[in-house]
Amino acid sequence: MANKTAANGHGGFPWKHLIGFLLSIVLTLVALWVALETDLSLTWILIIIFGFAFLQAALQLLMFMHLTENSTSTKLTGRVQVGNILFAAFVAIVIVVGSVWVMTAGHAKHDKHDEPKTENHGEHGGEEKSEEHGSH
Amino acid sequence: MKWDEFFVTGDPMIYGADVSIVLTMVGILFYLTRYKKWKWLWTEWLTTVDHKKLGIMYIVSAVLMLFRGGVDALLMRTQLAVPEAKFLDSQHYNEIFTTHGTIMIIFMAMPFLIGIINVVVPLQIGARDVAYPYLNAVSFWTFFIGAMLFNISFVIGGSPSAGWTSYMPLASNELSPGPGQNYYLWGLQIAGIGTLLTGINFLVTILKMRAPGMTLFRMPMFTWSSLVTMVIIIFAFPILTVALALMSFDRLFGSHFFTLQGEGMDMLWANLFWLWGHPEVYIVILPAFGIFSEIISTFSKKTLFGYKAMIWSMLLIAGYSFLVWVHHFFTMGSGAAVNSVFSITTMAIGIPTGVKIFNWLFTMYRGKIQFTTPMLWSLGFIVNFVVGGVTGVMLAMAAADYQYHNTYFLVSHFHYVLIAGTVFGCFAGLIYWYPKMFGYKLNERIGKWVFWLFTIGFNVCFMPQYFLGLDGMPRRVYTYSEESGWGPLNMVSTLGGFMMGIAFLVLVYNMYYSFRFAKRETTGDAWGGRTLEWSTPSAMPPFYNFAKIPEVTGLDHFWRQKQAGKVEKLTAKDIKKIHMPSNSGVPFIMGSFFFVLGFGFVFDWIWMAFLGGIGVIGTLIYRSFEYDDGYYVSVEEVLETEKISK
Ligand code: HEM
Ligand SMILES: [Cu+2]
Repeated sequence: MANKTAANGHGGFPWKHLIGFLLSIVLTLVALWVALETDLSLTWILIIIFGFAFLQAALQLLMFMHLTENSTSTKLTGRVQVGNILFAAFVAIVIVVGSVWVMTAGHAKHDKHDEPKTENHGEHGGEEKSEEHGSH
Repeated sequence: MKWDEFFVTGDPMIYGADVSIVLTMVGILFYLTRYKKWKWLWTEWLTTVDHKKLGIMYIVSAVLMLFRGGVDALLMRTQLAVPEAKFLDSQHYNEIFTTHGTIMIIFMAMPFLIGIINVVVPLQIGARDVAYPYLNAVSFWTFFIGAMLFNISFVIGGSPSAGWTSYMPLASNELSPGPGQNYYLWGLQIAGIGTLLTGINFLVTILKMRAPGMTLFRMPMFTWSSLVTMVIIIFAFPILTVALALMSFDRLFGSHFFTLQGEGMDMLWANLFWLWGHPEVYIVILPAFGIFSEIISTFSKKTLFGYKAMIWSMLLIAGYSFLVWVHHFFTMGSGAAVNSVFSITTMAIGIPTGVKIFNWLFTMYRGKIQFTTPMLWSLGFIVNFVVGGVTGVMLAMAAADYQYHNTYFLVSHFHYVLIAGTVFGCFAGLIYWYPKMFGYKLNERIGKWVFWLFTIGFNVCFMPQYFLGLDGMPRRVYTYSEESGWGPLNMVSTLGGFMMGIAFLVLVYNMYYSFRFAKRETTGDAWGGRTLEWSTPSAMPPFYNFAKIPEVTGLDHFWRQKQAGKVEKLTAKDIKKIHMPSNSGVPFIMGSFFFVLGFGFVFDWIWMAFLGGIGVIGTLIYRSFEYDDGYYVSVEEVLETEKISK
């Protein structure tokens, strides 16, 4: 019922959506190219593709998610909109920062299985010490 | 792949299942053809966009899944009844506990609750349908197809066996070869689309489609709990979607997100899984809280105590639920800092939950309590759920959890919350709203038998498991030695399990019995309800729900109207033509293409997945060029349905 009027309200060809869609694809492909085809250092690759990611997120919020649209018909919609975005930001930060913290703290940071075995880990040092201790 | 790899072979139980599946199929086809029901099936059910019918289909599917998951459970309990039993081998046992857990959570608990939400929420807010009825049908069909895809695994290709948590590297190609694990990935992925769409649909419905006068703080508690649940769904499910996609890449396309080689991080899977998984447990408990709130208030004949406190505690839970996930893997070893923080957040989340328990108790305090079956389930919930909650707080202490983790203590904990919370809630809600769905109540006397059988069986089954856990019995073991001394308690537990099985059968019998013999309701208000769903003149609301959209002046509007003797009576001049959405077969067809897509990926037959994908996109394109604005129900038809004379 309600969507009928809403759908007719926009009218015309959805240029905004098409441009947003194409730009999103371009940004993704460029990120892929930077990661796979260039000789930049890992740090730089990360910085660049993160930059693209944020750009794309912003783009999608603008082009698809009606970020700037404020249907001021009721006070409620405005507050719901702001609450929604704040909660989204909260969840996004928890997921990213939380995961990095959890995955890099404590023993978890040894979760790299490909490191050459000869390398001297902290743990190995510990073992050597206890061996020394035993020989006393 | 040869045919004997395609079909699961070798086990007599599986052959038995094959035969019964084929017989059931033939039976259904025969019935539909013999009684010329095909057209009825298509127009009334497969193409419907009516929220009440979709809700009933969700609930029917969920009850079937409860049966399947329950059979799994009883098979496990049979194997564990005595030490060193030879009933199931270890691989078979692993498959069964994996499908049991996955089916119960994803294909039983969630659709049961979503089904009840579908039936009830639009009625409670005085709306004629949901915001996006067509999308609602897409939700149902993607869920249903996902569930079916997952369920056929035990006869075609083999079941997943890495647990419902599917930890890597156990779930990798190396350690879980074959299609089993792919069924998990694609079954959940496809059903997940439906869940996410439901989240969006009901969020918009509740925010935008409330009857005039129903402000947010006048909404019934069940609607509130659904709203909060939808918010959690919208923010939690994308995490699962991404995690499943990454694991699918690992398994199908050789990427290294979670693998041991190529600098993959296996524990990142556990991290992402529980980032979704903990909010998920609140998704399956909050609607149950809402159901109990309605029932306790109705049968105590009192407004819910601490209405606002209840709402704020739920909102708090929605935020908190994203801050506790590490309690599922304290033993991973993220160190004292991480574990302490998550210990504290986990204990803190017990507080808003505790607040609610007191709200329910105070609602009953000095109320005129009627001990109907829905009320019995609600009382049973309060008592048993507290046991689950208290042991949960014990598990929350990281240092202590090193002892409890992966023992039967944990198994008992989550069954005390999932069964005494979610399952009791589903039963209570089903019985309470049964007259809204079918026009008659379930028999109360048989219903009480079900309650007592199930509740006693439940405690006999799971109480011993706490002690088995404390005694060191690990979870997910397919057998144990005589010397362990775990035999007797396991036998007790198994007996309790079968008691629950019997209770389920009696419940199903009650459905049949009441269908045959129950007195049909003559009014819309079967229980003396307080909220708008009870205000429809007929027991089962017509497809447009309300001939005239009600206007609400406060909480428990309908109840206060009744008290004041001022229930509105519709007259012919109130009736206007009603705009309704048209039925559509596209969601069902889209679901079928999803099945092709999923099945293709499960067997790594990319051509088939590709065809399915084209079908899905085709239906999307078709839909976007379809200009169907629905239709109008004429005044005459409404008058006739409402039995109002001009
Ligand atoms: C007839 C009632 C039930 C019985 C007898 C039962 C029994 C069991 C058993 C024996 C296990 C496996 C323990 C092991 O790891 O070896 C298990 C696991 C589990 N159950 Fe149940 N269960 C029942 C109902 C339910 C319900 C209603 C739910 C959810 C709403 C549920 C959710 C789970 C989950 C999530 C697991 C963990 C699966 C895993 O570890 O992979 N169960 N149950
Ligand atoms: Cu949790």
